[in-house]
Amino acid sequence: MSTAFSLAGVTRRYENFALQNIDLSMPEGQVMGLVGVNGAGKTTLLRILSGLALADSGTVEVLGRAMPAEQVAVKQELGFATEDMRLFKTRTLRWHMDFVRAIYPDWDEAYAAHLLRRFNLRAEQKLAGFSHGQRVKALLLLNFARRPRLLLLDEPTTGLDPVARDEVLEALADVLRDEARSVVFSSHNTRDIEQMADTISFLHDGRLLASRDKEDFLDDWRRLVCQGAWTPEPADWPEVAAVRRNGSIVELKLRRFSEELLQRLRGQGLEIRSAEPMSLEEIFVTTVRAGGAA
Amino acid sequence: MQYAQSNAELFLSASDSTPMYQQIVDQITAKVRAGDWLPGQPLPSIRELAAASRVSVITVKRAYTELGQAGVIVTRHGMGSFVAESPELSIQLLQAEFRQHLDAMLGSARRLGLSAREIRQRVDERLAGPPSESTEDSTP
Repeated sequence: MSTAFSLAGVTRRYENFALQNIDLSMPEGQVMGLVGVNGAGKTTLLRILSGLALADSGTVEVLGRAMPAEQVAVKQELGFATEDMRLFKTRTLRWHMDFVRAIYPDWDEAYAAHLLRRFNLRAEQKLAGFSHGQRVKALLLLNFARRPRLLLLDEPTTGLDPVARDEVLEALADVLRDEARSVVFSSHNTRDIEQMADTISFLHDGRLLASRDKEDFLDDWRRLVCQGAWTPEPADWPEVAAVRRNGSIVELKLRRFSEELLQRLRGQGLEIRSAEPMSLEEIFVTTVRAGGAA
Repeated sequence: MQYAQSNAELFLSASDSTPMYQQIVDQITAKVRAGDWLPGQPLPSIRELAAASRVSVITVKRAYTELGQAGVIVTRHGMGSFVAESPELSIQLLQAEFRQHLDAMLGSARRLGLSAREIRQRVDERLAGPPSESTEDSTP
């Protein structure tokens, strides 16, 4: 199976921030969600993939081609929707669509017309009159209608109202019908990511904390509520990411849940009252607080 | 106005505490049981179902794997997945449904703090007598 992208040992330093030693790859046809707080390095990672930023060291391969050496060819097949991309205020959306169409031969006018309706946008309106949400949707339209093999979306749903968010997720679902197309999107709305992504990557402070299949992630983590006196020695319980106690009630967050682990906890005199799956957001916050590996 | 017509859409909820793949398993099982999808009928492709229901491909893959293991569907390499022809299918489904109810019952018994003996006693009482309405408060 070919890869949509592959990064090895990628580092990029800025004055106050460094993306450090990133090893990450994704098979073609998948959707990856990048999760991280502001300043974690999500946008830097996307910029490196798009060729807008260069890595100081390490190797970057996108759609089977070396970056930045073959970036001209890569850019034909890659779409990057980011707020950095300037739209011209005095021009209409139609003007922007014609502009993009002139550059990219794969532009699909019928799909663009469909997206206009779905996103409730008016092609003849000047960008100056667009609301924030309309600008975001316009930007996504200009990228989606090119039908690129790799779509990079930086916070595609941030600042959108619930209806617009839903429209964007629906358009993202269209992309998924085609197994040759891949998507990487960043968000701090973990619910969007939880729903659409095949793989999930946690970035924090310029480092990759974890990158795994979503189902494995959700399978492995559990929140337990127990009762009993138990004071664990952290080193003895690497499967336990967090413990909180209030009187006789103990809450455990497990990063590697198994029946065998439950048995061992019962062996410590804990009565397990509930064991529930955790949301991606809880998993992420717990991972960051526990200071490392998920 | 819909761009792509499809009857593949399942109705899933992100706020349901049941994992997404399990919701898919439950809904497909229900559709097969209800006869919406007949034995031998092809299922939507994994991608089609994922796009229509707006969940990730990997989630649908996992649901199909579980449905295959449960005998609800069969997957033929390179041809896709089909509703199983197995005549014991409905028995298997009822078995699975019974297991689910049993798990749910044991869960609420645990929340009530009932002992194994108390659970057995209640089940025995229920099996022995006619359905009771208000024997709960009979203790003085």
